[in-house]
Amino acid sequence: MSAEVVLFWIMATTATAGGFGMLISKKSVHSALWLALTMISLALLYVAQGAAFLGVVQVVVYTGAVMMLFLFVLMIIGVDSAEVLVETLQGQRVLAILAAVGFAALLIGGFARSMPGEPIGLAQVDAASGGNVRAIAFSLFSDYVMIFELTAALLITATIGALVLAYRERLGEHRTQRDLSRDRFRSGEDPGPLPAPGTYARHNAVDTPALLPDGSLATNSVPSPMIARGTVRPIDVAAAEEVRQIAEGKDL
Amino acid sequence: MSADAYLTLAGVLFSIGLAGVMLRRNSIVAFMSIELMLNAANLVFVTAARYWGVIDGQIAAFIVMVVAAAEVVIGLAIIVTIYRTRNSASDDAPNLLRW
Repeated sequence: MSAEVVLFWIMATTATAGGFGMLISKKSVHSALWLALTMISLALLYVAQGAAFLGVVQVVVYTGAVMMLFLFVLMIIGVDSAEVLVETLQGQRVLAILAAVGFAALLIGGFARSMPGEPIGLAQVDAASGGNVRAIAFSLFSDYVMIFELTAALLITATIGALVLAYRERLGEHRTQRDLSRDRFRSGEDPGPLPAPGTYARHNAVDTPALLPDGSLATNSVPSPMIARGTVRPIDVAAAEEVRQIAEGKDL
Repeated sequence: MSADAYLTLAGVLFSIGLAGVMLRRNSIVAFMSIELMLNAANLVFVTAARYWGVIDGQIAAFIVMVVAAAEVVIGLAIIVTIYRTRNSASDDAPNLLRW
């Protein structure tokens, strides 16, 4: 068994596992990571087949840039946006699986046998131009130079298209820091920063509300989600009493 | 090593991608499945380049990668735009053209 056969079977296993993992993962982030596994496996298979340049590009562009972009959009949309599992079309799932399995049988049974015998290999091509990268460069900048130029136009168009799609028109005027500050003082409440938690109290943990000089609780010193969740630490009566006595001028 | 094994792997990966497009309703995962199909096609291109001993297959795979990168940019921008208006990443959400 040659080294390539061993590499193929390992990488074929991980690539297929990555594909199935992407298919059945409930969370989209897991799907993205499974797909990254598939793409890295394919990169190694490219290198094994004499396409060293494409192997590197696969890692840099696909696993690096494209999957990164996918994860980025997942962050925007919300990582835990659950998928609706209700079938909108009756029996669509079973039919889809049947179609996919049938198509796989077709590809494996017919298409996979379209290249019988041993491959010629790229040794001659690489030797003629001095390496895989140079061979690609010679071909790309002579025979395929027109297509190469067109991809430049395509990428520019895609960039502008993404800009247009992502552009959101501003409704209303742009509010400067000056406007925000003026509004804050006009409203009359809390022009400065909110009180820190734990001031005058015996604890300075985030869940301990600060005590006002009269011994009452400053509820706006605790993050509002904590109040909503009910995880605010209760102040013991002694502490409140102590603060009240300090406020009255007693020396403790 | 003969090309059969590589082509079989490409067929399996392409079918998984096909199943993903048909089964998953989250548009981002469906989009990932399209990427998987493109990758399977690239594997065939690279295998064919080696089988016939010409570099052109690798050029084709390279162009596919460039086009896929452009496609991902636009596709994800569309998904984000739909998410902004419909507040959902599901493929069932955009239903204005339904009759």
